[in-house]
Amino acid sequence: MEQFLQQIINGLSLGSIYALIALGYTMVYGIIKLINFAHGDIYMIGAYVGFVCITYLSLGFVPALIIAMAVCALLGFIIEKIAYKPLRNATRIAALITAIGVSLFLEYSTMFVAKPDVRTYPAVLPDKSYTLFGGVRLSFKQICLFAVTIVLMILLQYIVRRTKMGKAMRAVSMDQDAAQLMGINVNSVISFTFAIGSALAGAAGILVGIYYNTINPLMGIIPGLKAFVAAVFGGIGIIPGALIGGFSIGIIETLVSGYGSSLYKDAVAFAILILILIVKPSGLLGKNTREKV
Amino acid sequence: MEILSVKNLTKSFGGLMAVSNANIVLNKGELVGLIGPNGAGKTTVFNLLTGVYVPSSGSVEFSTAKGVKKLNGLKPYAITRLGMARTFQNIRLFKDLTVLDNVRIAMHSNIRYGLMTTFLRLPSFFREEMETVQKAERLLEIFNLNSKKAELAKNLPYGEQRRLEIARALATNPSILLLDEPAAGMNPNETAELTDLIQWIRKEFDLTILLIEHDMSLVMKICERLYVLDYGTVIAEGKPEEIKINKRVIEAYLGEEVLDA
Amino acid sequence: MKNLLTPKNIKTVVGIVAIYGIIQLLISTNILSDYYQVTLAMICINIILAVGLNLITGFTGQFSLGHAGFMSIGAYTSALITINMTGEYSFYVGILGGAGLAAVVGFIIGMPTLRLKGDYLAIATLGMAEIIRIMMLNLDFTGGAAGLSGIPQYTNWLWLFVFSAGTVLVTRNFINSSHGRACISIREDEIASEAMGVNTTKYKVLAFVIGAFFAGIAGALYSSYFYFIKPDLFGFLKSIDILVIVVLGGMGSLTGSILAAILLAIISTYLQSFPELRMVIYSLLLVIIMIFRPKGLMGSKEFSLGGFPGNLSLPWKKSAKVKDEG
Repeated sequence: MEQFLQQIINGLSLGSIYALIALGYTMVYGIIKLINFAHGDIYMIGAYVGFVCITYLSLGFVPALIIAMAVCALLGFIIEKIAYKPLRNATRIAALITAIGVSLFLEYSTMFVAKPDVRTYPAVLPDKSYTLFGGVRLSFKQICLFAVTIVLMILLQYIVRRTKMGKAMRAVSMDQDAAQLMGINVNSVISFTFAIGSALAGAAGILVGIYYNTINPLMGIIPGLKAFVAAVFGGIGIIPGALIGGFSIGIIETLVSGYGSSLYKDAVAFAILILILIVKPSGLLGKNTREKV
Repeated sequence: MEILSVKNLTKSFGGLMAVSNANIVLNKGELVGLIGPNGAGKTTVFNLLTGVYVPSSGSVEFSTAKGVKKLNGLKPYAITRLGMARTFQNIRLFKDLTVLDNVRIAMHSNIRYGLMTTFLRLPSFFREEMETVQKAERLLEIFNLNSKKAELAKNLPYGEQRRLEIARALATNPSILLLDEPAAGMNPNETAELTDLIQWIRKEFDLTILLIEHDMSLVMKICERLYVLDYGTVIAEGKPEEIKINKRVIEAYLGEEVLDA
Repeated sequence: MKNLLTPKNIKTVVGIVAIYGIIQLLISTNILSDYYQVTLAMICINIILAVGLNLITGFTGQFSLGHAGFMSIGAYTSALITINMTGEYSFYVGILGGAGLAAVVGFIIGMPTLRLKGDYLAIATLGMAEIIRIMMLNLDFTGGAAGLSGIPQYTNWLWLFVFSAGTVLVTRNFINSSHGRACISIREDEIASEAMGVNTTKYKVLAFVIGAFFAGIAGALYSSYFYFIKPDLFGFLKSIDILVIVVLGGMGSLTGSILAAILLAIISTYLQSFPELRMVIYSLLLVIIMIFRPKGLMGSKEFSLGGFPGNLSLPWKKSAKVKDEG
């Protein structure tokens, strides 16, 4: 039981990383129906920016987090303007290939600049841990991870639900043309969505660096795919769905590694993805839609 | 002789009753109209008959050469192969393919050559392909489209696209043809031409036709019987002249277009 | 049958034999060095892969991101067969076994997933390929992460040519038949296609199985040419590579796939001299090409040079101008 609770806590930690990345996927997909394959790499860039801030600029955790988020937001904004905007009316597959191109570009130019080696993240947070009831341990890093995730979620929820921009985002995701006719500047809404989503991925990047201690230029690929699985799991385009999806995938993955074979943990994530797609392609929270004949 | 018998056909989407307890009978060789105000559920009836939607309850029975078949739960392609073809309200041609290919695709179920013949281009492939092209061209000739067989379907004028859709439906070799607003968007001349065409193909291809149409001049002129649908229920059935004076029908249409045109 | 002996068909056959002969001559005389022979092998293997994926994605309109999974099944199956059997005929058994098993897996994967549309299908196929890769990584007899080595080398220019030309011809015959048109109609409008009597499920699965079969052949040729395979060679990046060839060449254009496979191989060979920047330049090119030519080099048109690899002339061609003439 105690081991089980420990696994749940570890799973929630991993899950909050997935959830933060999945949010960006889901928001971008909701608004322009693009699987932004470069999203996992923005998360990687976030980790590297954090690394630079802490190691070379000797900044603390909070300023490094804010800088990483800002840089990633800017990066997301630029990528959308340069690579995706020209393809907005092209086929879905052309846009997808472009996203893959951007993804490879980010990976390999990071590799070129920062060298392919694995880097060890500096210890910016104290390595303390607390023993809770029944011997379950909660580390200070995990507490920070949860705290940052929760604060960002609340902030996001506030932006989407309460601000004018949030309302515009929801309008564009429902019907882009109608939103345009209502006087919404669709281009700036899309840019804003990319910026927000990328900032969340950047936060996830620095958090994962601190939590797991190591980073490398290709670290974004697998978490990126899994975060996408999480987004689909919860219902792509639905913000609470990304949260539920992220936490579920995180917990399932730690449980599979803990009780089964860690070798198969990735396979399990994808098997769940396929099952969900076949049984309920719209995800846990999604509604089924049908094409009008 | 009954060729199609629809009993208590019902379809609900969530809580919404799109069609409820509809009873429709088609006799062989008849030309029947299905009319009703916008949103009455006419296209939903077509979608239920052709298998696009699965009925919530009720039955659809189709007398084919091979006996009476129950259509509930069959896939659309299987229903088409039994001899029921349709056109679509919002034209669904294969836009980026040629006129000829549009018709040839509809003739797919008559093709007998198998995969090995295809891969290796054995003689029967050439023979059957040649036959297919000839048949398709004859059909296009009837619809006055053969001169445009190499054009992409999307490049045809609107009226010709509507005609091509009917030609394509006929290429599946149907005994029942369902036409969903064939005259929509046509000018009076084109509509008049279409009216003649529909009557002519009915005789020539020995068809039973059910058509949805808002153009009352066309409906009153060519339909032998009419079903009137409102809020998913059949509110009247009978000859055009009876329908014209039916009180419930007039009420349903009140505020919409006038029935006699 | 006599109408098969048209000048155009004769030209086609002569063209095919000539391509084979000239390159064979270049190899025998060592003008084409070992280094370029490897490029040549990759071109042929990529053509087979791209043609198969083009059938699935370009012609039938079913978006697949897991083509490398089928390649790995072909590669592992034939490697295990050729390692454990002796004699050259083990190579034939290996290719057939690899392609056959890939096709079977394609059927098993295709049946449930091809009901999905667009991006959902893409992600499901990606997941399937990842599962295949993870299995190869963890099963006992596949050699784990280290992979399999010492695979007997039977693949040579003759086999590469026979299989890539064969794949192209068979696919071209397929798409210019009623079965192929059924596939294309699904891409154009699935609902209309079904209403015209096309069993869309059957044809989607069929295209998927044929594509998987070809990928199995490609994998078998690969393992026997490079005599070493490991799971990472058939990961997500390889699937993307194949998709890039298809999209770059033009979805629904076989000759486009061939051209793109050659072009990308040349670019990639040239970029070997800048190992650190290779992928950076490649990815930039990808983005630039997509922005300026989102329909690929050929669109859905075919390119024909004196008959090959254009269409064999059909007896009725004079009366009916068929689309594939392009």
